[in-house]
Amino acid sequence: MAAMTLYDKLWQSHLVESRDDGSALVYIDRHILHEVTSPQAFEGLRMAGRKPWRLDTNIATPDHNISTDRAEREAGVDGIPDKTSRLQVKTLDDNCDHFGIVEYKMNELGQGIVHVMGPEMGVTMPGMTVVCGDSHTATHGALACLAHGIGTSEVEHVLATQCLVTKKMKNMRIRVDGKLGFGVTPKDVVLAIIGKIGTAGGTGYAIEFAGEVFEAMTIEGRMTVCNMAIEAGARVGMVGVDQTTIDYVEGRQFVPKGADWESAVSYWRTLVSDPDAVFDAEVVLDGSAIAPQVTWGNSPEMVAPVTGSVPLLAEQNSAEQRAALERALHYMGLQEGSAITDIPVDRVFIGSCTNSRIEDMRAAAAVARGRTVAASVKQVLVVPGSQMVKQQAEAEGLDAIFRAAGMQWREPGCSMCLAMNNDKLGAGEHCASTSNRNFEGRQGNGGRTHLVSPAMAAAAAIAGHIVDVRSMMEEF
Amino acid sequence: MKPFTVHTGLAAPIDRANVDTDMIIPKQFLKSIRRSGFGPNLFDELRYLDVGEPDSDNSGRPLNPDFVLNQPRYAGATVLLARKNFGCGSSREHAPWALEDFGFRTVIAPSFADIFYNNCFKNGLLPVVLSEPEVDQLFGAIAASEGLQITVDLAAQSVAAGELLFHFEIDDFRKHCLLEGLDEIGLSLQSSDAIKAYEAKRAAQHPWVFGAIKR
Ligand code: SF4
Repeated sequence: MAAMTLYDKLWQSHLVESRDDGSALVYIDRHILHEVTSPQAFEGLRMAGRKPWRLDTNIATPDHNISTDRAEREAGVDGIPDKTSRLQVKTLDDNCDHFGIVEYKMNELGQGIVHVMGPEMGVTMPGMTVVCGDSHTATHGALACLAHGIGTSEVEHVLATQCLVTKKMKNMRIRVDGKLGFGVTPKDVVLAIIGKIGTAGGTGYAIEFAGEVFEAMTIEGRMTVCNMAIEAGARVGMVGVDQTTIDYVEGRQFVPKGADWESAVSYWRTLVSDPDAVFDAEVVLDGSAIAPQVTWGNSPEMVAPVTGSVPLLAEQNSAEQRAALERALHYMGLQEGSAITDIPVDRVFIGSCTNSRIEDMRAAAAVARGRTVAASVKQVLVVPGSQMVKQQAEAEGLDAIFRAAGMQWREPGCSMCLAMNNDKLGAGEHCASTSNRNFEGRQGNGGRTHLVSPAMAAAAAIAGHIVDVRSMMEEF
Repeated sequence: MKPFTVHTGLAAPIDRANVDTDMIIPKQFLKSIRRSGFGPNLFDELRYLDVGEPDSDNSGRPLNPDFVLNQPRYAGATVLLARKNFGCGSSREHAPWALEDFGFRTVIAPSFADIFYNNCFKNGLLPVVLSEPEVDQLFGAIAASEGLQITVDLAAQSVAAGELLFHFEIDDFRKHCLLEGLDEIGLSLQSSDAIKAYEAKRAAQHPWVFGAIKR
């Protein structure tokens, strides 16, 4: 048999039916639902008199527009201040109760951002197809899953048939070899990749991340990278199975035990690209050359090393690029050619499905420990990605470190990643954010987002402007 | 689903690349639990000078006179002409819902983000990919002649505007579903036996996939 990539293997093993036109019916092992993209899908089921195809492949949790404020959370769903948000969360609860779908409700242990709670509970396991009505579903690819976001009509389709009609993508491999420098994190790696290939560089491809940097990376780090595949245009980002994968999965709540575990592991070990597999596109980066990254504009590809500066208009190759740069400079309130470290910071957000896992909390706490947030910074939100991350962080005393530094320790949810709740930027405010999108208005109307790693975000909070975290780490 | 066969309508140009889904429909409007009613908030931040909220009465809001859809010559446009990577960003289906609710039936661009492209087909909105030079010519034609109508013929896979006539590619299955206005779920359920057979095989090989998630 011809050599196969990891993506080819996952595709092949989930094919229910191929059609003449190249589309296919593909089986979905895990479907994760949240309050924002599901109500119209459930309504569609009801209107057509349909039921979910099966229940033990679906799981739900509210995350996008719940409050992260302690007191509001304690008041339950009725405590959600915004009435449309409240209705949406209630609707999810009602739909899950009505159709019998397992849901981790707002204040239950297990609740969290869809892409944090799925892997952490063992809902998603290697070799699975995973979909969710959220474009950052590629996160689960860190466990060698074929995972991607879907729209609401597809949510309904998966509920009704446990399948998706889709077409095979092309294969792209992104190799990052070498060793990451001191203070350089998975977030910096993925931002550097997006800076290199652009926000449409991966369109139509399933990306496999490979090379020494990923071999040495933890699963949580791989999740951060796969999470942002969509920011490079690719719906799918993946890393092959290795011992790190198996060790991560072992012992989690929904993971098999005993003989089933053994047989699962031997199957999972086959989930790597064959050595002679052919990729349609290949990109190579030198890991040792990557510095901490900061986005300065309003597209994730508008990124520079912290040691660099905002580009010059005269350096742009086309009128279109020049116009995009001009617009970005205007929106972001920045001068061409200014140093990245001159960017002021009004608020800081540490959280989102990109960077709200325990390792992210530890990285931010390591910088915050014994330091104080700059007086010019209005607010620093630290938002754990799930109830379990919150519990673990508190057990390690990280919440106390954040509070002592003048940061706010919040309840789990998406929070200021997309500002559907009260966690928002004001117009013109700059934010060092560990989330994944710096689009205009994403974190609040007129807000200015700078995507960075958790350590860089904590450092910016202390300094009051963007700063190279490596200079602060050497002080230890 | 509403079928799409041939459509002729006034074209409006949105002349910027990478128009993302946050621009098409800002997140505060995603709180709705309905599928319709998003039209008044399409391109909300570009279209209005104030900040829109889901409950606002949009009729009294100050319009941004510079925004293309507010210009009288484009009132009633049903064909949107756009630049590359249109619809990038989130998976929100609210983006095609908003375009459709506003009155657009088709979007023409040199390229689309994958998820957005896919979502359009589920909602009777036809995304048409033409080459950059072809799209440039259409932008030129719109600028040159006020009231320009564009005709998109799905069966013939053609776009016509004045003297211009272009061919576009589209995959057969999507074309067929859109022409007929077919319900994709109903179609897939015709393969129920194949799905059940797959599940039986999977349960034998990888039993741990099933059964674990329960309360
Ligand atoms: S944290 Fe942000 S990107 Fe992630 S699921 Fe929530 S809203 Fe989407």
